Amino acid sequence: MPDNSVTSKGALGATKKADSADNADILHAEHPPYLRHHFNSAEQQADAASFAMWLFLLTEVMFFGGLFTAYLIYRNWYYPAFVAGSHQLNVVWGTTNTFVLILSSFTMAMGVWCAETRRRKGLVLCLMLTFILGLCFLGIKTIEYREKIEMHHVPGFHYSLQSFLDPASNPEVYKEYHDKPLALDMARHTEIYFSLYFLMTGMHAVHMIIGIGILAFMIFRARAGAYTSGHVTFVENFGLYWHFVDIVWIYLFALLYLISRH
Amino acid sequence: MSEPNEHAHHIVGPGVYVAILFALLIGTALTVWASFIDLGFWNPIIALAIATSKATLVVLFFMGVKYSSKLTKLTVFAGIFTFLILISMTLSDYISRAWGSW
Repeated sequence: MPDNSVTSKGALGATKKADSADNADILHAEHPPYLRHHFNSAEQQADAASFAMWLFLLTEVMFFGGLFTAYLIYRNWYYPAFVAGSHQLNVVWGTTNTFVLILSSFTMAMGVWCAETRRRKGLVLCLMLTFILGLCFLGIKTIEYREKIEMHHVPGFHYSLQSFLDPASNPEVYKEYHDKPLALDMARHTEIYFSLYFLMTGMHAVHMIIGIGILAFMIFRARAGAYTSGHVTFVENFGLYWHFVDIVWIYLFALLYLISRH
Repeated sequence: MSEPNEHAHHIVGPGVYVAILFALLIGTALTVWASFIDLGFWNPIIALAIATSKATLVVLFFMGVKYSSKLTKLTVFAGIFTFLILISMTLSDYISRAWGSW
């Protein structure tokens, strides 16, 4: 296996300390500067990084999977409460946000392509568009959360059962769905629906905020040309993370907003 | 040092990404439209089927699993499989319990 790491070890061992710096420069010229010495090749290094990223995403699948399982169980138990709770969500904002997030996934995918084909300006543009679309998503989410706060649909001491005990008191929702009043014990279970709603969309939003933070860092580095000189691992792996967050939203949108709509 | 699962890095072009973008946008419109029609038992199934098709497109093309190594494909499959165990075993337990009679 005649690879760089073996030769460099032998050469460095035989060289005196004084000129080992010169020697290291020569040896580094034989391979891309980003290749760590414990990898045989740049391909092996990229494969290892991608594998590790997928393992991380598996832990994320199980993390959100637990939340989805909890949602499915409670929905089976307290079905009428979950239908009534779902009717309180604004499907127009939800749909808009789905479009925004899918667009941001597309701009991110294009960003990865720009990095792979060494287009620095294209990469910066794509990352900035992804950044802006991510902020749009959070902005719309904030509008939705504010509606819930105003309606006293945030679980806790100020939670109000009025929309569920007397649906006609909320004419905007009532004229579309004509919900029947729920019995008190079932109406109280709408709080479980909204607990899960805030937990799941909240954890999703935390992932978005982390992603947007990393995007800002990447825009800064991309402008300096960091990802357009052949080493695209960071951009590719961030792309995987961003698409994963998109997938979580695709399911959240279907489960929280859509399946009780008709 | 070329392992059997090592491969030249495949670059997916903008054409594919644009096509997937439109497929995802159409899928979203379709699922919103379908959710307003009363199909009874079938509503959640259709919503989840469309969501799963959209997720599959994202995984295969945006995340590039279709063009990636066997190791990555196996990892993704293992993740989905474990997730399905989590969902199906938990739900089959809850659904098959004799509620109220213990």
